[in-house]
Amino acid sequence: MALDDRKTQFTFVGTRPDRPDGLDKVTGRAKFGADISAPGMLHGAILRSPHAHARIVKIDTSKAEAHKDVKAVVTRADFAELPFQPGLEGEFWNVLENVMAGEKALYDGHAVAAVAATSALAARDALKLIEVEYEVLPHVTDVDKAMAPDAPVIREGAADYSVPEGMHPNIVRYHESGHGDVEAGFAEADLVIEDSFVTEATHQGYIEPHACLGMLGNDGKGELWCTTQGHWIAQKTCAALLGIETSQLRVTASEIGGGFGGKTTVFIEPVALALSRKANRPVKIVMTRSEVFRATGPTSSASMDIKIGMKKDGTISAAQGVFRLQGGAFPGAPGDMTAMCAFAPYNLTNVSQIGYDVMANRPKQAAYRAPGAPMGAFAVESVIDELCKKLGLDPVDVRLKNAAHEGTKASYGPTYERIGLVETLEAAKAHPHYSAPLKPGQGRGISCGFWFNHGGETSVSLALSEDGSAQLMVGTPDIGGSRASMALMAAEVLGIPYENIRVTIADTATLGYNDVSHGSRVTYASGLATIKAAKHAVEKLCERAAASWGIPADAVKWENGCAIPSGPNAGDFDPRPLADITAHMGQTGGPISGHFEATPEGAGVSFGTHIVDAEVDPETGKTAITRYTVIQDAGKAIHPTYVEGQYQGGAAQGIGWALNEEYVYGDDGRLQNSIFLDYRIPVASDLPMIDTVIVEVPNPGHPFGVRGVGETGIVPPLAAIANAVSHAAGVRMKQLPMSPPRILAALKDNG
Amino acid sequence: MSKFHVSTTVNGDTVEYLCDPRETLLDCLRDKLNLTGAKEGCGTGDCGACSVTVDGRLVCSCLMLGVEADGKQIETVEGIAEGDVLHPLQKKFIEHAALQCGICTPGILVAAKSLLEKNPNPTEEETRYWLAGNLCRCTGYDKIIRAVMETAEELREAS
Repeated sequence: MALDDRKTQFTFVGTRPDRPDGLDKVTGRAKFGADISAPGMLHGAILRSPHAHARIVKIDTSKAEAHKDVKAVVTRADFAELPFQPGLEGEFWNVLENVMAGEKALYDGHAVAAVAATSALAARDALKLIEVEYEVLPHVTDVDKAMAPDAPVIREGAADYSVPEGMHPNIVRYHESGHGDVEAGFAEADLVIEDSFVTEATHQGYIEPHACLGMLGNDGKGELWCTTQGHWIAQKTCAALLGIETSQLRVTASEIGGGFGGKTTVFIEPVALALSRKANRPVKIVMTRSEVFRATGPTSSASMDIKIGMKKDGTISAAQGVFRLQGGAFPGAPGDMTAMCAFAPYNLTNVSQIGYDVMANRPKQAAYRAPGAPMGAFAVESVIDELCKKLGLDPVDVRLKNAAHEGTKASYGPTYERIGLVETLEAAKAHPHYSAPLKPGQGRGISCGFWFNHGGETSVSLALSEDGSAQLMVGTPDIGGSRASMALMAAEVLGIPYENIRVTIADTATLGYNDVSHGSRVTYASGLATIKAAKHAVEKLCERAAASWGIPADAVKWENGCAIPSGPNAGDFDPRPLADITAHMGQTGGPISGHFEATPEGAGVSFGTHIVDAEVDPETGKTAITRYTVIQDAGKAIHPTYVEGQYQGGAAQGIGWALNEEYVYGDDGRLQNSIFLDYRIPVASDLPMIDTVIVEVPNPGHPFGVRGVGETGIVPPLAAIANAVSHAAGVRMKQLPMSPPRILAALKDNG
Repeated sequence: MSKFHVSTTVNGDTVEYLCDPRETLLDCLRDKLNLTGAKEGCGTGDCGACSVTVDGRLVCSCLMLGVEADGKQIETVEGIAEGDVLHPLQKKFIEHAALQCGICTPGILVAAKSLLEKNPNPTEEETRYWLAGNLCRCTGYDKIIRAVMETAEELREAS
């Protein structure tokens, strides 16, 4: 895509106007997933397996069906027959198997049946009338144990071509990459450190549970309202699972109460539609918090071995990592992503990385903000920190010495274009935080982090109104203020005020396919498409002005919201503002709109550097984060306040992951902490203010220079905090979360 | 199971509903009165998204039964603005971008308003502890705390 018209001077972009949905959100008016109802609506509820691994011998639904308040009961038999296929082609099968168990229940919380009844209470009560006979099977929830020769097999034949022969059937994907000769590199090192690290699974922890309202007629036409990061993937998946045509199901995305990657697939939506088809009435399903924890989105847990060699001057001579990720009872753990991201910040001559995707009896992992990257960064950046400590080197200087830059061959293969890692490190070094004195008992940690960022299929339309205002339709659910950014970018091109643009998250019937709001892609890809759609409308505006002046269209240019003659030979005409042209558009050729669709591929990789101070209480093992600074390259911040918000939110989630959050399984394979009281995410009194520095190294792949900012912010915190805690406690912490009992145990082991 | 008739006051309006004794106040507000501003994030009183005041006291409406609301004065997020005039907290939250997804915002506004009514000059620490029962997963609380503290300052200056 030619982007020779890149802008560097802006009128609207970079300002901080109020978000267009602000009023609705502070008054309680905004409609989230559970905030809707329909005439004749039924309420659905889902019965879930209490066993980690069990053969479903028999399901007897007759008593539930006989209950007067129950209008439909569904089991796996009510869904389309999808053939099981190993590999990615089988993802619909995997999702189906996850939303409603087939022959086996594969984890505690796995759906086995569902009912629709006249009230939510009646539906919940009716679940008790369903009788399921289980044959309990041996289970495994730990990643290392799931790879062991004697581990119970979750499913034969789930591995794809990438897995070398002879590995356990629970290993379903294998990734290997790198370059150079690591053995030669280790031989050149003055110090080699090899160590192992473990991270526990965490949940995205969005405050809004999954919720949907579905209606599906026996004519194969349906409507679905749901809280989702991507309604087109919901449309495509639900249609496949129910055996209907994709286009016959119209999906509308509600306001979304947090997703972070966890709402990029479907869980209850196909169930609501199946119940609706059977009952011939709309069905609403809202998950409880416990269902959210037991049956949706955790991250992978990880077990990792890292070996890094360093010379006395800080040069990394070789780096090697093995990353084993457990992703629940389905393929998909991002072992490849972890491996590819782990060493990506560094310019390495010799690097080798291996990633495993391992199945276990846990819920199907879902993406969580830079999926896979935080774990790898934790392991790698901990070893780099230890090398710096042992060699007496400054951790920022060492990272600067090894930092990747434009032209570096990345650890995962490609050659970097213009990137901003060095700029974030220089900003870290210059930041007052880095040189501020520490109190006794405190430690300071730093870490770099990397994420790819993503483009994805994108379709945007913009329609002008007679009064000169504009309606912009985008297909990426707004998960953090993106409507404001879209309006700013459209205003920049059209030259009309930000307030005159109404941005709508269009339903699936309005636009072509739009990839999910994930991969930090929205401001980049929907932004790029918005800019192009606005330019498309501007071309037409110029044509109308040219026609009214009787000059060629290419003799007209667009400036400050007006068509003007573009040179001395074009003639002398008064500028025509946008509203002047649109006022007459009905008589001059009809409505004026702009459209753009593509799969933009210049997302531009992203780097950040975090500085954190931690204080450890040796009596209780409790850690307090006393100061936190996020420095990250945004390319170009469209709405800087919301960019800061992404940085702060990523850091806060990282703090939770580093210090508290974990899935705790009992020996019975059941999740022990499925409510917010026991799965403790950071609360206001746990955190300090989170300082931010927005570095802007423009992305050559976006007309305004945007790089996505949503995900990179969660990559450095685990490592930065582990480094800070390790310095404060005087002992290297190798397992997350660094909860008080683990810190006390580490202090005790250290004498 | 027979239902109970409840008569109560919500945001100054007299309202009535029939509820099952197992239904929470939150269920009744959302499903019977169509006041969906209060959200159910957990149903166990841990997230605060359902915060309302009952006779002036801040509560999680998911921890109170619908039948217990009889004869009480209930205030929800829908009652914070006076007509089309937003409460200073609401204005400040928009101005500071103190929300990203906005699901926790109704509960946080109700809780913050309650704080400022009790303590017009809270320290940062007091603000953080008062709001510790309101989970936000998007913002890291930074902009929320700043918005509340700045509103408090403006309200003090105005009074």
